[in-house]
Amino acid sequence: MNHQLSAHQQQRVTGFPVWRRRVLLMGLLICFMALVGKSIYLQSTKKEFLQKQGGNRHIRTLSLQAGRGNITDRNGVILAGSSPVVSVWANPSLVKIDTKKRLALTKLLKIKTSTLNKRLGNKTRKFVYIKRRLSPSLGSEVKALKITGVHLEREYKRFYPAGNMVSHVVGFTGIDGNGQEGVELVRNAELTGKVGQRRIIKDRAGHIIEELEVMSEPRDGQELVLSIDRRIQYLVFRELSRSVAKYKAKAGSAVVLDAKTGEVLAMVNLPTYNPNNPVNSRGKTRNRTLTDVFEPGSTMKPITVAAALEFGGYSPTTKVKTAPGYMAIGSATIQDTHNYDELTVAEVVKRSSNVGSAKIALSLDKKKLWNVFNEIGFGEKTDIQFPGEVSGKVRDYKTWRPIEQATMSYGHGISVTLLQLARAYTVFANDGELKPVSLTKLDQAPIGKSVFSAKAANNVKDMLELVVQAGGTGVRAQVAGYRVGGKTGTAHKLGPKGYEKDKYIGTFVGLAPVSNPRLIMAVMIDEPTTGQYYGGTVAAPVFSSVMSEVLRLLAVPQDAPNINAVRPVESLADEQEAV
Amino acid sequence: MMRANIILYVALILVACGLVTSQHEARSQHSERERLQAVAAEYEAEYGQLQIEQGTWATHARVEEVATTQLKMEVPIPKQIQVIVLDKVGQ
Repeated sequence: MNHQLSAHQQQRVTGFPVWRRRVLLMGLLICFMALVGKSIYLQSTKKEFLQKQGGNRHIRTLSLQAGRGNITDRNGVILAGSSPVVSVWANPSLVKIDTKKRLALTKLLKIKTSTLNKRLGNKTRKFVYIKRRLSPSLGSEVKALKITGVHLEREYKRFYPAGNMVSHVVGFTGIDGNGQEGVELVRNAELTGKVGQRRIIKDRAGHIIEELEVMSEPRDGQELVLSIDRRIQYLVFRELSRSVAKYKAKAGSAVVLDAKTGEVLAMVNLPTYNPNNPVNSRGKTRNRTLTDVFEPGSTMKPITVAAALEFGGYSPTTKVKTAPGYMAIGSATIQDTHNYDELTVAEVVKRSSNVGSAKIALSLDKKKLWNVFNEIGFGEKTDIQFPGEVSGKVRDYKTWRPIEQATMSYGHGISVTLLQLARAYTVFANDGELKPVSLTKLDQAPIGKSVFSAKAANNVKDMLELVVQAGGTGVRAQVAGYRVGGKTGTAHKLGPKGYEKDKYIGTFVGLAPVSNPRLIMAVMIDEPTTGQYYGGTVAAPVFSSVMSEVLRLLAVPQDAPNINAVRPVESLADEQEAV
Repeated sequence: MMRANIILYVALILVACGLVTSQHEARSQHSERERLQAVAAEYEAEYGQLQIEQGTWATHARVEEVATTQLKMEVPIPKQIQVIVLDKVGQ
């Protein structure tokens, strides 16, 4: 069947002239050749350009920034916040910079030419920071210089608007953005955000033209609301600074607790430091209210007395003989500043009689007394969870000698932190219930544990009020318009060779208002050097001036006429304090 | 048969055009979204800065300073304060 057809025959079969088919074939061939030619041309001469273009269209993985959470006080005022800053970095091997731009850059960044040369000289590294954390506006000026190989990186810097006022509580972050101290350190995991990642297609100009997938969503760090009230914090800071300066003390600390919830409303330490620029802050970053222990001195007496009322068969009116003003136990002697002859239990607290308190303590069961000290939170860390917190020390009752049992009753031979001491006084504000302390804001008052019966606790609360009234050791703690109560304390500091002869710690722990306690404040003045060192002189006035403003600030109804406070003569208060 | 082919061919062209348009649309919308997100991030950063600034201006030490020196305010002494007890007011 296969036979050659002539052109004429083909034309007859298809109905088209034969040249038409040939022209079509030729046309297709030319088109094909053109395509091949073009591709050879692109491959050979335009290869570099095209590969670069392709590269610009690369699929990339971008990380999505997540911010660090703010730290605010209980009313939402920012104590720590993050703000964007830019860092200038370079790839030394790719940097192309002329002398003029070099000069402009050093001027902008305020660095020495030698420093810049040194940083850019290290060609083995691919990433060198030239300067970190500049303001965004300065960053755009650097960008405007258009130096090849020099880039900007967006970072966040932590700012602390309250400065040195709350630095011991909030702490600060290091250059990598992680917490170094305080709440920034303990709650670092919550505060830190999670960086997200996504794959994108970018065009030549660097615009993102298509998002392929979100591999992980970025998550900002959580905001942390502290229990601190910045207004109270400021007042405490101001008054404590005054007292520390006035008595030329080495250090000072104060804690204010919400009496009902155990929330820490203020926590101040001196000396302090600036968290925005924590240089030369060595020894100042310690939150002394938690990390330093001291002997509480007479501020311990209300606890001993409460124990005596609870299980020692005492009542506030039980008579205790303190004559002749001193008492020998073994080779040691306990002394009062005066011979008070016979005092009631309430007066032992009011006059701060060591002999009276020792006599009461010696009549109590060792184990039960030790139990009270433990239950009230001495010798164990609080629930505050803070870096560097210490537990203090209460020795086992089995090792107590009589002299130790006696001195411990007025706060010697036992060591506590100021926070523990403040927390212990929550029992007198809550019918004998000890409240846990918290540094974060609470929605409702936590349930504490009962240490004393309501009767014993309230009896002692009334005694605390006597302390600040005429004839007591804490008259200078009085507040106009409010009934307040508290206890003074003065203790020799412990040195390497036992008690230091002329180094003291003056303390005052008080609550207000007595009719329905809202606040508890503990103040400690460490090593006052002006000759006055009694807690009633150096610490009680801090309580008074802070409370008079804070009670007004919190709109606590007055429970006394506003002319109740009688400012005492200085010498009287000093004289009546027992060491 | 021929007619079906032509219809399909036209449909193909239309769909192809549609694809190109929608792809273009998607990309331009995406870049718009990116731009807006960047703007939002900037506003957020500015808000943070303003909050910090406000915190700095509202420092109690400064407020107190302004109140006592510029505005010449002072805390009243107890004698100047009249306390009104609420349950007595009602009677």
